[in-house]
Formats: sequence, C-alpha cells, structure tokens
Amino acid sequence: MEFVLALLVVVLVAWFVTAPLRNREPAQSDDDPAVAELADLEARKAAKYRQIRDAETDRAAGKLTEEDYRRLDHELRAEAIDILKRIDRLQQPRGE
Amino acid sequence: MPVEVHDDHAGAVQLTIFGSALLAAALLAALYAAGAGVYGGRTGDRRWVESARRAVYAMAALLTSAVVIIEIAFLRDDFGFALVADHSSTTTPTFYKLTAMWSSQEGSLLLWAWVLSLASSGVLFITRNRHREIVPWATAVLAGIGAFFVGLMIFKAQPFGHLDPAPAEGAGLTPLLRNPYMAVHPPMLYSGYVFWSIPFAFCVGALIARRLDASWIRTTRNFALCAWTFLGIGLLLGSRWSYEELGWGGYWGWDPVENAALMPWLVGTAFLHSVMVQEKRGMLKVWNVSLICGTFSLCLLGTFLVRSGVLQSIHAFGASTVGGPLLALIAVVAIGSTVLIVSRLDQLRPERRIESLLSRESIFLVNNLLLVGLAAVIFWGTFFPLISEFFTGEKHSLAAPWFNRYVTPIGVLLVLFTGIGPLLAWGRLSPSAARRLLLGPGLVALATIVVLLAVSDAGHHPWALFVFAFAAFTLAALAGEFWRAAATRRSLTGESAPRALVEAVGRNRRRYGGYIVHAGIALTLIGIAASSSFQTNRDLRLQVGQTATVGDYTIRYDKLTSDPNPERLSFVSHLSVSRDGKSIGTLAPARNYYPSDDPTAGPIGRYFMGESTSEVGLRSRAGGDLWTAFQPDLSVLNPDIKRGNDQLANLPAAAQEFAILALVQHYVQNPPPATFRVIVNPLVGWIWIGALIALAGAVMAGWPALESRQRLEAAYRARLGRELGTATESS
Repeated sequence: MEFVLALLVVVLVAWFVTAPLRNREPAQSDDDPAVAELADLEARKAAKYRQIRDAETDRAAGKLTEEDYRRLDHELRAEAIDILKRIDRLQQPRGE
Repeated sequence: MPVEVHDDHAGAVQLTIFGSALLAAALLAALYAAGAGVYGGRTGDRRWVESARRAVYAMAALLTSAVVIIEIAFLRDDFGFALVADHSSTTTPTFYKLTAMWSSQEGSLLLWAWVLSLASSGVLFITRNRHREIVPWATAVLAGIGAFFVGLMIFKAQPFGHLDPAPAEGAGLTPLLRNPYMAVHPPMLYSGYVFWSIPFAFCVGALIARRLDASWIRTTRNFALCAWTFLGIGLLLGSRWSYEELGWGGYWGWDPVENAALMPWLVGTAFLHSVMVQEKRGMLKVWNVSLICGTFSLCLLGTFLVRSGVLQSIHAFGASTVGGPLLALIAVVAIGSTVLIVSRLDQLRPERRIESLLSRESIFLVNNLLLVGLAAVIFWGTFFPLISEFFTGEKHSLAAPWFNRYVTPIGVLLVLFTGIGPLLAWGRLSPSAARRLLLGPGLVALATIVVLLAVSDAGHHPWALFVFAFAAFTLAALAGEFWRAAATRRSLTGESAPRALVEAVGRNRRRYGGYIVHAGIALTLIGIAASSSFQTNRDLRLQVGQTATVGDYTIRYDKLTSDPNPERLSFVSHLSVSRDGKSIGTLAPARNYYPSDDPTAGPIGRYFMGESTSEVGLRSRAGGDLWTAFQPDLSVLNPDIKRGNDQLANLPAAAQEFAILALVQHYVQNPPPATFRVIVNPLVGWIWIGALIALAGAVMAGWPALESRQRLEAAYRARLGRELGTATESS
C-alpha cells in the first residue's frame, strides 16, 4: 500500500512540475520580459523616492547644508527621472 | 529496558517507508529544480525556470508531509519510529513531544531542509515575475542547498529509521532540553541560518547573471532582516536558557556552538548596514557580495560545529558522520563564491567614492570593519583548539578571559559608532552641523561618566564606564533624532507633538525601526557591562535555618521539600530573602534528578544517579537580579541506596517506588547542609529587555510599507512628473 501511495505522490509531483514544459502555447502576459523589467524599475523608483525623502529629512534636521542638499537632491532627481523615463518607455504600447 | 511489540507496529513500518519515500521524492525534486534552474538560466527558456520553481514548491510540500508524519508519530508515542523512541517517552509533556524532533541530529536536519524549502518557495513566489536573469540561478542555488540537506538525511542521518520490534517505552527527551526556551531556540537559529541562504542565493544569481546593481539587495532585504532577527532571537533564547537552566549563573560562556551562531549574526549585521551604502550611494559592492557569502559560509560552519563533534560543546550533538559532507559544502561555497566574485570584479566597481569622513557611509564602513573584526577574533578563539592541534599536536582552548580581552574594546567602540551613525547624513555633513549634532549626546556621555565616578566604583571598571558613557551617548543621539523628526513634521503640519512623532516615524519605519534596534542594542550592552563588571557572586554551604549575606541581601535557608513525579525526583529548597531588615520575598531553587538508564546504578540508585538539572530561584527587577541555584548533598544517601539496590532488586516496581519515596521523605526531614550559588546581577534583565526592543525595531523596519509607498508616490509623482515632462521635451 505504502509503495502505491509513494508512486502516486511521485506521479503527482512529476505532473505538477512538468506542467510548464507541456505548455506549448505562446507566453502568458505575466511572462513578458517587460513585466519583469517594469517590476524591477518600480522597485528602483520607490527606493529612489525614499532617498529623496531622506535627503529632505536630513536637510530639515540641519544635517545637510543648503548647498549639499541641492547637489544631492539634483543628483537623486536626475536618477529618478531616468527611471521614470524607462518606465514610460516600457509602458508605451508596442509599435508606437 | 523491557521490550514489547506494539500492536500497531506494522503501521509504523509502513509510515517510515512512506516517509523515506517522501524524502527520496523531495531529493529528486530538489535535484531537478537545480538542474532545470541552470538550464533555464543558460538558455533563457522561461518554461524551465517555471518548472524549476514548481519543483521547489513540490519539495516544500513533500518535506512538510514528512514533518507532519514525524510530529504525529511523536504525539502518538509511536516508538516504531527510532527517532521517537530515542527522543521521547510516554511521560514527556505534549509540548516537548512536539519540539522533540529537533533535539536529534536527524530531526534537526529535517527542520533545516523544511524551513529552507518554505523560505525558498516564499521568495521564488514573490519574485516569479521579477529578476528574470537572476532568479533561475538563485533557484538552482537554493534547490542545490536543499538537495544537499535532504541527501544528508537520506544517506547519513535518516529520520525515518524504524525499530523492530518497537519498544514499549522511549528513552525520553534529554532533561536539559525540557525548557521552553530550548524548545524554541533551535527553530529560531535554523530559521536564521536558512533565511541567510536567500540573499546568498540571489547574490550568486546576480554575480552569474552580471546584474550587479542593488535590485537583488532590495528584493532580499526583508529576508536578510528576518534572518538577522531569527538568529538574534535564537541567541537571546539560548543565553536565557543558559542563565536559567545550566546552574552556573552566566548567560554567555564563549562555548564554540554559541560562538558559531554569533559570528554569522555579526557579519550579517555588517551586511545589513553596508547594503544601505550600496543602495544609497552605489558603493561597497565587492564588500557586500563578500559579506553575504561570508555570512552564509559561517551559517554552514555553525551547522557543521553542532554536528561534527570536532569541538567540545554542551550544545553539540556529538561526533557523527555528517561533518565531512558539511565541510565539503562549506569549501564549495567559500571557494565557489570567491572565484565568482573575483571573476566579476570589473562589474563591481563603485559608482562613487566616499566624499567625507563625516558621512554616514564612512561611519558604516568603520562599523562594518569593527563587526567583521569582532567576528574574526571570535573565529580565532573558537577554532584555536584545532589550530593549536594542527601546529603543536595538542588541543589548547581559549577561555572567557581571552575572549573578553579582545572582544571588550571592539564592543565598546561599536557602542559609540551605534550612536554616531544615525547622526550623520549620506554624502557629507558640514563640520558646523557635526559639532551641533554631537554636542548634546557628548555632554550626556560626559555627565554619565562624572555621575558614575561620583556615586559608584565604576572607576575601577574603565571598560564598563566607557560602555555606559557611549550607550548614554547613543541613547541621547537617538532621542535627538526622534525629537528632530517630530519637530520638523510639527513645523510643517502643526500637529501635536505626539501625533507628529507617530506620523514622522510611521512614514519612515525603515529608518526609525533601525534606530529602535540601535537603542535596544545599547540597552543590551549596558546590561552586559553592568552584570559582568559589578556582579557579586558567592558559593554558600547552608544548613536549614542558617542565614548568609550576599551584597545587600540576607538569605535564610528555611526548609527542603521534594516533588517526586513519574518523570523525575525534585528537591526544592525554600529561601526567604530580606534587604535592610525587611522581608522582600521567597525563592525556591530546585534540583531535578532524572532516572538513569544505566543498569549498574541499581533499581534504587538509578533514580538518584541519572542526569540532573537546575531550576534557579530568580528575583528579577529593573535594577538587577538575585539569582540562586541549589545543590543538595545526596552522598549521605549512598549507604541506604546501596542497601536498597541489594535488598529490593527482586521486588515489584511498586514496592521499589515506595522505598524510594520513603528514602526521599527521610532525606527531606533530615537534610544535610546544601550548597547554594547566589549571584547579585545588577541590570542583567536589560540584556533581554534591550534585545526585545531591538526585535521590535527590526519588525518595524521590515514591516511591509505598502501604504507609505503609495503616499510617497503621491508626494513625488507630480513634482518629478513636471521635471520628466521638461526632460522628455528637451531630449
């Protein structure tokens, strides 16, 4: 009995694991490389926003001089804009 | 031990065979996942990557089933399972039956592999649509580690071994492990070790795929934080267990296995700080990948030390055959990651240089060097017996004074930098701002030194004095940070001070959670410094009715009682405690004796000559603990025990039990002088209070911040959107 049960488990596992290999349909929408790239960029954008906010906090706390803050903020915003532009490009419908 | 065959023995055999089959299937799934991950990574075929991910899910399901079968066997006292017979008994309390699995080599390996499979499934589910280049390789690494541990179980330490015939009674759980702290301590440590494998696997994936920006760090940050927290809880519970259960009065003995868990925690702490430098400033990339590879190697080293028997430890399983394969895995991880890092040095160049020594990144770097230096010192001290044996042929151990000599100064500097770091800004802090920010905490530190010198003998303990001063500096600096956050928000919004504080902290939980961790660590270090430098410790020999004075406390040995039960004999001493002539309570330190399985001890003697454990009598207050342990003198019973062994050997068990109870009763009514260890431990409770605060801070820092991210988006979208429009038009 235990051997039959074990065999059944192995068959079930093999069926579950190899399901993507049996699928010869075109890639799903969430399998689009752009989706993965977009998720990465969204995470980078959120991290950059946090950095901009941290710089503002440091300025308000008197840790950064106005000059240092402006330089840092400019740098961070340029990086954030670069990320936003890349997100925009990815979000534009293909063919445009 | 009498041997009988259980009626349901056939069922146990079937279940152990089925359990072994589950492990074999889990091994196949893990090997397939590793292979499919590599193939998917090399060819870019997403179907294979998806299939590999599913294989990891399958491994988790199979190992979960294996764990459930073993836990049910423990609950049912199914002694057909060798694991159950060796580590449980019918008299073991249900809670300890549930936790007995990981008191064994085999069960703890199963726990390791199971937690790894769950954590791997979690991270692979979260990243199923992200990091397309990294994930296939990370899947292969995680599955490879899983395959190693499942294989280790199958070929070296099978948890599904069965006994034929099954005994009627099990050996029971090791008495020292019948403690709630010890029941939870191993899963916490293993979870810590296992969770470090997630950032390690993604780091290896990033190195192979040459995607060496900070994205793998952001994705695995919370797993690293979980690993750090679990390992910290494990260390915390282990130290509390040592304090309450081992009867020597200490919480840290520089035991090799304790050290083995501390080292990855220290290097992991360095990693958690230095990845922030990479995220914010694009620096320390080589350092970060080296730190995570080092942290994971140290986790494996800790696993190896507990299992190999190469170093003597109260926490180790003893000599076994799993040490060799574990050492091989450590070598593969250490050499493989070094080769990988060296081959990617060109892509690991920093994006910036440190602009100023007065910056948060420079302080983080110093703090990193101190943490890694501390780990290196502990590594040397821990492995010195093997190093000395290699060079001289003799094992020489290094004791606590050696560790304290080198660890204390580094620890003191760490306390200081724990406070300085949060004060500084990324990039550059102007000298005038530095003076202004450092002045307040500096004055608090100075005042602490002056007051302590005036009211205590802290002058005789300079290192402790430095710890108190620097911890005061840190706490003042952190309080200042919270105050500035609230004041800034209040000036912008006009909110009340408490609401402004809550809002400011809530909107940047990562930063302020981290500060709470720092505050907790400072309190913990105050507890360590005070209890180790100002401890009063006395060993007393008291007759019932006698009193003794220890520190400010007067202790009277009132009486002795016994508490026999099916599991053990207990002798409980009753002490009344007074201070300045006023009674402040009672303590009841006890000594438990568990029956020995040694037949030479005799039918009566086995109840007095087995393993014994200490139940300390503890009075804990914020100002300090009064800690007492008790050791009865049972040698006066030897003639009676010998006579009982000779004369009662052939009597029924009930008659022997009656004789034992009579012997115990006689001893309790006429007890000889007993030995007590009494320790007055100032501020020792702050070690664990501080650790709990640090834990709360870590949870706060890692708590998912979906809402605040949305707020952040709303705040910056419009502003950056305008600039984006301008930038797009001009490009």
